[in-house]
Amino acid sequence: MLASILSLGGIGLLAALALGLAARKFAVEVDPRELAILEVLSGANCGACGYPGCGAYAKAVAGGTADPTLCTPGGAGTVAQIAHILGVEATAAEPQVAVVRCQGDNDRAKLKYHYLGIYDCTAAQRIADGPKSCPGGCLGLGTCARVCPFGAIEMTAAGLAVISREKCTGCRKCIAACPRQVIAMAPLRATVHVLCNSQDKGALVRKYCQVGCIACQICHKTVPAAYVIENSLARVVYEHQEEAAAAVAKCPTRCIRDFAEGYPEGSRFSAPTCPTTAGRAA
Amino acid sequence: MRLKSFPGGLHPPDNKQFTAHKAIVDCPLPAELVIPLSQHIGAPADACVKVGDLVAKGEVVGQARGFVSVPVHASTSGAVVAVEPRPHPAGKPLPAVVIKPDGEDRWIDGLAGIPAEEQDDESLRDRIRAAGIVGLGGATFPTHVKLTPPGDKPIDTLILNGVECEPYLTADHRLMLENPERIVDGITILQRLLGVRRTLLGIEANKPDAIAVMTKACAGTSIEVVALAVKYPQGAEKQLILALIGKEVPSGGLPMDVGVVVQNVGTAAAVADAVRHGRPLVERIATVSGPAIANPQNLRVRIGTPLSHLVAVCGGAKGELAKIIMGGPMMGSAQLGLEAPVTRGTSGLLLFGPGQFPRAPEGPCIRCGRCVRACPAHILPTAIAACARLDRFDEAEGFDAMDCIECGCCTYTCPAAIPLVQAIRQAKAAILAKRRKG
Repeated sequence: MLASILSLGGIGLLAALALGLAARKFAVEVDPRELAILEVLSGANCGACGYPGCGAYAKAVAGGTADPTLCTPGGAGTVAQIAHILGVEATAAEPQVAVVRCQGDNDRAKLKYHYLGIYDCTAAQRIADGPKSCPGGCLGLGTCARVCPFGAIEMTAAGLAVISREKCTGCRKCIAACPRQVIAMAPLRATVHVLCNSQDKGALVRKYCQVGCIACQICHKTVPAAYVIENSLARVVYEHQEEAAAAVAKCPTRCIRDFAEGYPEGSRFSAPTCPTTAGRAA
Repeated sequence: MRLKSFPGGLHPPDNKQFTAHKAIVDCPLPAELVIPLSQHIGAPADACVKVGDLVAKGEVVGQARGFVSVPVHASTSGAVVAVEPRPHPAGKPLPAVVIKPDGEDRWIDGLAGIPAEEQDDESLRDRIRAAGIVGLGGATFPTHVKLTPPGDKPIDTLILNGVECEPYLTADHRLMLENPERIVDGITILQRLLGVRRTLLGIEANKPDAIAVMTKACAGTSIEVVALAVKYPQGAEKQLILALIGKEVPSGGLPMDVGVVVQNVGTAAAVADAVRHGRPLVERIATVSGPAIANPQNLRVRIGTPLSHLVAVCGGAKGELAKIIMGGPMMGSAQLGLEAPVTRGTSGLLLFGPGQFPRAPEGPCIRCGRCVRACPAHILPTAIAACARLDRFDEAEGFDAMDCIECGCCTYTCPAAIPLVQAIRQAKAAILAKRRKG
C-alpha cells in the first residue's frame, strides 16, 4: 500500500519536475501586444489585409512589419484599438464597400443560351463567355455570394447579386471571385452609383438590357462634375458624390441608383437608415 | 478473331445509319462566305486583304503568324466585303474575312502540281504549310508541325485515323469509300516525309465497306489496314496508338514520344491535293445530321459557309431547334445559333429538337464507379471533379487531371448526370493558369 503510494507519487513528482523544466527551457516568447491585437481583430480570417488570417496579421503588426490600418472589416474602431495597443497614431482609411455594377437580372437582360452546367459563374463564363448577352453583366450564379465571409451578398430570385452596404466590410474577396469584374470598390459614403458594367455602344446595350448604360451623356450634362463617360459607360466621380444624386431621376434607362433610396428591385435588403455609419462598430 | 482495342471507353448508339449510305454532295455556294482567321490550334492568321479587294479561289487572305500557325485562303473567287469580327463556332465574334462570291469560282493563277518524288522534304513541308493543312479530324493542329519531329524523337510508325468513332459522323467513312486513291496518295507523301518503317490505317469494324475499299486501294503498298473494335473514343490519338501498336503515350507526352505520328484520313487526302494539284485547303467534308434535320447528308462544303446555309441545303430544320452541335455529340461544341461558319475543324453539324437531347437534373454521386471504368485515360473522373468543385485544384492535379482527354465517356455514363467533364476542364484551366504564372 505504502509502496504503491510512494512509487506513484514519486513518478508524479518526477514528471511534474520534468514538465516544469521543459516549460522553462522550450518557452516561446509571445509578444503580449500580439495577443491583444488578435483580440480586437474581427476573427473572420478573410485575408483583406493581405496576410493569411488574423493571427498572421496580428503578429506582423506587433512585429512592426505591417501597417496597423489594414483591417478593413474592423473599420475605424479596430484601427483605433490597435493604435492604442501599440501606442501610436493611426487613422483608418476611408471605409469602402463593394458594389455590384449591374441591375440586369434574368428578367431585364437577355440570355444568349440556356446554361445547364455547373452552378458557378466561373464555370459558366468558360462556355462561350457566359450565358448573358451582355459581356459585362452579372451572371447570377452566386460565386461571389459563396466566397463572402460576412454573408453580405444575396442573390435575387431573378439572378442578380446584391451587396448589403451594412454587412460588407470591404475585404474584396468577391472582387477576386467574380469572373466578369462586375464588382468594384467604392467609398461607403457614396450612395449614388452607375450600376452598369457594359462597355458596348448604346445601340447594342439597348438590344440586350433594359437597364444598361447607353452613354447618352444626360447625367454628365446634368451634373458635369459628378459624372464622366469612358468607353461608352458613365461613372460617378466620387469626390463630387453630393451632387451626383441630381441626375438619378434623369437617367433614361434607370441605371444610376441612389442606395439611400433603396437596393435594386428584387433585393430583400432594406434601405440603410444612415448610409455612412449603419452597421459599423464605433 | 478478337478485334484490337483499348481498355475503357464505351459504345453510345452510333446513329450513323442516317448518312452512311449517302454519297458526298457538293454544297452550293452561299451568298456570303465568312472565313475566320482563327481556324487552327496556335496563333490566328493576320488578315492580308482589305475591303474591296478581288480575290481568287485559293488566294491567301490571312497570313500565318509564327511556326504553329497556317495561312487562311479564300474558298471561292469574289470580292472582300468586310474584314471584321463575325460569329465564330467558339461562341464569340472573332476576326474574319467576308467574301461575296462572284459565281465564277475561279482558281488562283499558277496552281500546279509538283512531282513529289523529285522534291526535297523541306519544299514539300512548305507546300503543305502554305496550303493551310491542319488536322481535319477536328483538333485542327497544323500538319506541318507534326511532320517536323525534333531530331531526338525518331518516328518509326505512321498511323492513319479512319476510325470516326463519334456518333452520327460519316464524313471520313464516305471519303474512304469515294476517294481511296487520294488518301493512299497522301499517305505515301506522309510516309516519305516521316521516313517511317511501318504504316497502319485503323478503321472501326462497323465500316466493313470502307475496310474492303481501303484494303484494295492499299494493295501493293506498305500500308496495313487494321479493323478495330467498335468503341468510343477509339479515334482519340492516344487510344488509337494503344489499340494498334500497344504502346502507351506517357503522361503529359505526345505520340512522338513513342515514335508515332497520327494523321486523319481527311488530312492525308488534303495533303495529296496540295502536293499533286497545288490546291490549298478550301473545302472539307462535313456530315449534316441529327433527328431535327429534314434530309441528312454528307456535304463537300467550302470553308466559311454559314451553318444556316448547310441546314437550308439539307432541306431545313424539322420544327424548333433545342440544340445545335458542331462536330460529334460527344466532343463537339454547342452553338449559339446558325450564324457561325464552317471552319477547317467542322466535321459535322447536328441538330436536335426539344427533348431529343435529354439531360437529367444533376444528382449526388452514388459511387458506382462507372466513370472510372469508362475512362480511357485511366484517371478518376469523380475524384477530380469533386476536387475541382471545391476549388482544390492542387489535389485535382495530383489525380492527374491533365491527362483527361475530354472525351466525355464519364459524363455520358454517369447515372447521376454529374457534369464531370465540365468540372475537369475547369480544373485543367486552373492548373494551366497556375503553371503559366510559374
